[in-house]
Amino acid sequence: MPAFDTALRVLTLQDYNTRLVVLAAALLGLAAGVIGTFMLLRKRALLGDALSHATLPGVGLAFVLANLVGVAGKSLPVLLTGAAVTGVLGAGAILMIRRYTRLKEDAALGITLSVFFGAGVALLGVIQQMGASSAAGLETYIYGSTASMTAIDAWFIAGAAGLVVIACAILFKEFRLLCFDAGFAQGQGWPVGVLDVVLAGLVVTIVVVGLQAVGVILIIAMLIVPAAAARFWSDRLAPIICVAALIGAFSAAVGAMVSALFPRLPSGAMIVLAALIMFSLSMLCGAARGVAPHWLRHRRLNRRMDTQHLLRAMYEAQELYATRDSFGATPLACNIEFDDLLRRRSWAPSSLRRIVRRAERSGLVRPAESDCWVLTALGRIHAVRVVRNHRLWEVYLITYADLAPSHVDRDADRIEHVLSPEMIAELESLLERDDQHLAVPASPHEIQAPSTDTVAPMSRTRA
Amino acid sequence: MWHALAGWDAYLDGWIVVVGMLCAMACALPGCFLVLRRMSMMGDAISHAVLPGLAVAFIVSGKLTSAPMFIGAVVAGVLTALFTEWVRGYGKVDEGASMGVVFTGLFALGLVFIAQAADQVHLDANCVLYGAIEFTPLDTVSLAGQAVPRVALTLASILLLNLVFVVLFYKELKISSFDPALATTMGVNARAMHYLLMTLTAVTAVASFEAVGSILVVALLIAPPAAAYLLTDRLPVMLGLSLVIGASAAVLGHAGALALPAAFGYGSTSTAGMIAVAAGVLLILAALFGPRHGVISSIVHRRRTRSSVNAGS
Repeated sequence: MPAFDTALRVLTLQDYNTRLVVLAAALLGLAAGVIGTFMLLRKRALLGDALSHATLPGVGLAFVLANLVGVAGKSLPVLLTGAAVTGVLGAGAILMIRRYTRLKEDAALGITLSVFFGAGVALLGVIQQMGASSAAGLETYIYGSTASMTAIDAWFIAGAAGLVVIACAILFKEFRLLCFDAGFAQGQGWPVGVLDVVLAGLVVTIVVVGLQAVGVILIIAMLIVPAAAARFWSDRLAPIICVAALIGAFSAAVGAMVSALFPRLPSGAMIVLAALIMFSLSMLCGAARGVAPHWLRHRRLNRRMDTQHLLRAMYEAQELYATRDSFGATPLACNIEFDDLLRRRSWAPSSLRRIVRRAERSGLVRPAESDCWVLTALGRIHAVRVVRNHRLWEVYLITYADLAPSHVDRDADRIEHVLSPEMIAELESLLERDDQHLAVPASPHEIQAPSTDTVAPMSRTRA
Repeated sequence: MWHALAGWDAYLDGWIVVVGMLCAMACALPGCFLVLRRMSMMGDAISHAVLPGLAVAFIVSGKLTSAPMFIGAVVAGVLTALFTEWVRGYGKVDEGASMGVVFTGLFALGLVFIAQAADQVHLDANCVLYGAIEFTPLDTVSLAGQAVPRVALTLASILLLNLVFVVLFYKELKISSFDPALATTMGVNARAMHYLLMTLTAVTAVASFEAVGSILVVALLIAPPAAAYLLTDRLPVMLGLSLVIGASAAVLGHAGALALPAAFGYGSTSTAGMIAVAAGVLLILAALFGPRHGVISSIVHRRRTRSSVNAGS
């Protein structure tokens, strides 16, 4: 563990070097998060992967050309320019493969990535033979080393990040259209091809400055992971971009600090791992698409449907008793045996017990003597509504969709839970049953007692 | 330029070309199905994500021997496929993005492992990245009295394994690649085929690292099958063509590595890099001159259609 005062110095950014690295990494993470979101929504998340590998021959070529004209080959601007040129060429190659051959996006990316990289490797093989000493650093170039960042690198990053964010702000509307409906954008006369190239150009900008700072794999991660994490939190573009920028900047800063605090933790890798943790948290708890909220919503819906099935089963059982004992049309609150309920749907005894207990806790049913249950006043209100929805839909299907009465039950079984009040009003007016506004339509099925050996007339599927 | 090829050494250059051809052909078989399933980037993801597998295998076994490292790498490769499927399935993240999240994460983990074990080991990341096909003929084992490069033997057995796999599961692979839903209704387990193919890809990629390195293996997995895909509409023809194109790329690549720098007065360059470039060139040729889907033939076809329409009207 680092000593407390060292830790404090790092965390409060008192060291010039730490401050430089953390701030530059955070800016890079922010810009990568913004542009990464557009790439993710354009379904081109791996474009950054392909382009960052496509920069390698550019680095080699720039070095060779600079040496030929007598400029210092290893100067950063020269190498970055070369990288940017082949990066853009790579983007062009991907678009060309997609445009002129029947190969798909994935193959275009894989081919560009590996062939450009192969050309770069071959070029480096030659460069190593030309005055070896000056070329020594070129290979480590593709790994990058955050710790050795200079002030000039930091300014480069800040400039590139600013450029990307401003470009995204100016072209926000166009990019949004491109991401969500490229076909529509084209139909509206937007230059989709040009916009795609601009987007790829911004990615190349980030990749090229990021390569130097965090290395090739890690810049790919910065382009993908924060955006993918942000996607779990919202379904709207502007919030997603903000969250992605935030996650990118935060994980970059945290990763850089952790790397400064502990020995032998490479900063680039720590930044990726920090982003990965943010991704895992987002995937688990993200409000819009996270696994846990989704599961909770699903469980709530399932429970509501179970309860509504119970209420309908009880109501229909009562209806049956009322017909049989000729009490008249309105079912009374009478006791229903558990075994009777069990036969009405294909539910397991244990799950029916659980459903009944939950309904009891919500005050919808209450126990009567000897394993019998009875609807409470509240339960009856709910039951009437559920049965009414079910039967309105059945009658609608029979009347307007010309379905046989024997075929409508299963369909209504699914729809009864989600009918909105407006829908019900519309159904009522369609079926002209305003006269019996609160009444429950009679079941279109012939009412018969569920026998112990045959299947109940109710649907056997659980919606 | 051609004088560089005059110094062709029958043993060294011969074996380099043989290793390259074996590697290209072993990669082409699973590569065809990756291209057809639109999962080309899986090769890239797997070949990056094996790093933690290599590191863990080394830390556990303490040796730089091939067997544990091979197993570690293959396990990591299969885990990549598994995690990608999870993130895609549970998180509903787009395929490419879920791949990107998983492989960059695993690669970063691998970097941390290596940095932590740095004083025990010089696990050379460069070796994984670039491979060293030029040195493979020097590491030989004896087979029936003949000195055969170890890598050639490994790659030959991988090629054989892939051939057996493709022949045995031809029907299942074909149907689950073209129509997974139909495959499921016909009783073919599409999911099992997916993971089998992923395992095979991982095994092939790891076996090829030593020869061509982790990025260039992507070139051999994708470019020859993609070129073959542009030339034919039939799967058996595509498989055969991809083998031929891969092998040609290996020959052309090594020749190019010797001859091309010589034209500018330098010694030979990386054979693996040039094999990738050769595969790319072959792909461009296939894209331009392919019989039905080629750029030129479709221009000719369009022109002919237009003139016949004009003549008819």
